[in-house]
Amino acid sequence: MIYLDNAATTATAPEAVEAMLPFMTDFYGNPSSIYSLGSKAKTAVNRARETIAGGIGAGMEEIYFTAGGTEADNWALAAAAEAYQEKGRHIITSKIEHHAILFTCEYLAGRGFEITYLDVDEDGLVNPRDVERAIRPDTILVSIMTANNEIGTLEPIAEIGEITKKNGILFHTDAVQAFGQIPLDVREMKVDMLSLSAHKVNGPKGIGCLYIRSGVKIGSFIHGGAQERNRRAGTENVPGIVGFAAAGKRAVELMEGKSRKISELRDYLIRRLEQEVPFCRLNGHRYKRLPNNINISFRFVEGESMLIMLDMKGICASGGSACTSGSLDPSHVLLAVGKNREEAGGALRLTLSEDNTKEELDFVVEEIKAIVKRLRDMSPLYEAIQKS
Amino acid sequence: MSKTVVVGMSGGVDSSVAAYLLKKQGYQVIGVTMQIWQDEEETAKEQNAGCCGLSAVDDARRVAECLDIPYYVMNFKKEFKYHVTDYFIEEYLNGRTPNPCIACNRYVKWEALLKRSLDIGADYIATGHYARVLKLPNGRYTLAAAVTAAKDQTYALYNLTQEQLAHTLMPVGDYHKDEIRRIAREQHLPVAHKPDSQEICFVTDNNYAGFIDREAQDRVPGPGNFVMKDGTILGRHKGITHYTIGQRKGLNLALGHPVFVTQIRPGINEVVIGEEADVFSQKVLCDRPTYMAVEDIEEPMRVMAKIRYNHKGDSGIIGKMPNGKVLCTFDRPVRASAPGQSIVFYQDNHILGGGIIIR
Repeated sequence: MIYLDNAATTATAPEAVEAMLPFMTDFYGNPSSIYSLGSKAKTAVNRARETIAGGIGAGMEEIYFTAGGTEADNWALAAAAEAYQEKGRHIITSKIEHHAILFTCEYLAGRGFEITYLDVDEDGLVNPRDVERAIRPDTILVSIMTANNEIGTLEPIAEIGEITKKNGILFHTDAVQAFGQIPLDVREMKVDMLSLSAHKVNGPKGIGCLYIRSGVKIGSFIHGGAQERNRRAGTENVPGIVGFAAAGKRAVELMEGKSRKISELRDYLIRRLEQEVPFCRLNGHRYKRLPNNINISFRFVEGESMLIMLDMKGICASGGSACTSGSLDPSHVLLAVGKNREEAGGALRLTLSEDNTKEELDFVVEEIKAIVKRLRDMSPLYEAIQKS
Repeated sequence: MSKTVVVGMSGGVDSSVAAYLLKKQGYQVIGVTMQIWQDEEETAKEQNAGCCGLSAVDDARRVAECLDIPYYVMNFKKEFKYHVTDYFIEEYLNGRTPNPCIACNRYVKWEALLKRSLDIGADYIATGHYARVLKLPNGRYTLAAAVTAAKDQTYALYNLTQEQLAHTLMPVGDYHKDEIRRIAREQHLPVAHKPDSQEICFVTDNNYAGFIDREAQDRVPGPGNFVMKDGTILGRHKGITHYTIGQRKGLNLALGHPVFVTQIRPGINEVVIGEEADVFSQKVLCDRPTYMAVEDIEEPMRVMAKIRYNHKGDSGIIGKMPNGKVLCTFDRPVRASAPGQSIVFYQDNHILGGGIIIR
């Protein structure tokens, strides 16, 4: 098997598994309990909090653990909207955000909030001037992702942060894909809130966090016990938190070397496909791009068939994001950067890990070429184009 | 090298057993559920009996796991909307009675799904339909009625092409329905006790008019007049989408004796009411005929014809008209022939052909 879908999820690193296990079997205490078994767990949670905070230049009291990136996104938007609704009801985001942001915005729109969905250019970049122009007296929140999960484009977060700060508006960023690939520093980015997810950085699934800058007052999303300083109820997922920290620490430590190596492999793969397969195009910005991300549209090819045939050869890849019941709708991200439905349908996303080798990628390129050729040979549309 | 077959798995007992039978027969089986319906929250409300919604995917996936076959969900939402639900709505808006299952079979399963299956390297597609693919002495493919006559589903498959049939396997048609359930139980398939779904897959509450109201909104014709054949007004109808030919219930006309819908006139928004006898016709005219067992009909032929899915069938003679339409003259009048439905001709228990009823 050749796994090329690291944007969807990643293998849990042995260090993370090792760190987690004792907290399931031996140190299983509830962090809120008085006795020492409990306080051991509590200590571990706080140590993890410190580690994660350090990874993004935050203070440990600004990190709140959640059940993943999706919960963090939901919390940031819904709670900010509720907290600031007296001040205004206008929210600015982009058309290429993850569904966790877009559908929460839709939910808020149903509750009387007005959402502006900014367009992106053909590379998927948000223009900070567009953010500035969209700001109104009643704007209370801007949410723009740090890096796009489908096409890898890196957004100008610091520039946008400059604008929101000047205008006194809350700024949230979904950094789920960016963490571990590019350096993150919440002060430099000038963000007020930031979402992270463990399973994208070789941590376990089901755990993430929301960074909330000290001084930002938003309510809880999950109500109940007093965990996470009264802001996020629920017995802490201690093994998950510990695993998240181990994975996060590892990711940040390895980031420089890993990103360099992966970027080279990425560019190699892009170069080979662009040169050896006719009628294909890179999606997303060529340079302002996540180190691990390749996203290419192949014309005259049905994306679903391509993925199934890749699976038959043991190659794991995706077309759009993984979050549907197993089949693909045309990607809203590709439609937003100006692809039509047919181009969006033929898109292939390959996202690398440091375990992938050049030999693996060579094999993948040959398989892609064979599959694309076969599908095009069976396509009446391609036949018509060839004739003309 | 064994042949590969994609089995369309709806999550129901029949298609699940079809997959099992084909694997046992030595085929490389790939299970596929077609994702067809737009609004997944709607279908999630169904009571697990509908076809191809999210719970159907879960059931099919579990069966695939049980059978140890690869399983995929394929997206055909666009094709289904265009060929099935849009068609369904248009027909009702135009006063006709559609059969969406026939459209789904012909354009979604045997066109879109078949193409994608052949693309990924399969040799055949298979379904859990109660029917048997037969090759006749004249070299043509046809569909023979299933062994379990009461469950025969050939009616909804009458317009499949020769090319399509050449790539089709239907393992379940050789068995009695009871045997199929027994096999499911013996093989411990998770869906062995699942009830059969009876309704149209995208209107699980059976309220067609309600569905059309939601989807077509302003385009739905409003109330109009119930009339006699001569135009005499008898009362008000709710809107033509609420009625079908032969309907007796729900008319709200107190005329002292049972009356029936005999015709729908969409242009002038009238629904024609008549006596029981008026609901019967001896001649049924259809157009857009397609043929299976033969290439075309030259001479008049004696056939058994069904004018709707649950019609037992009646004998008659079919003949081609100069304008390409086909006229079926039944031995005895048949009840409630509805424009938009299909008339299907059988000979020797297999499909000869059929067409869309105009009158």
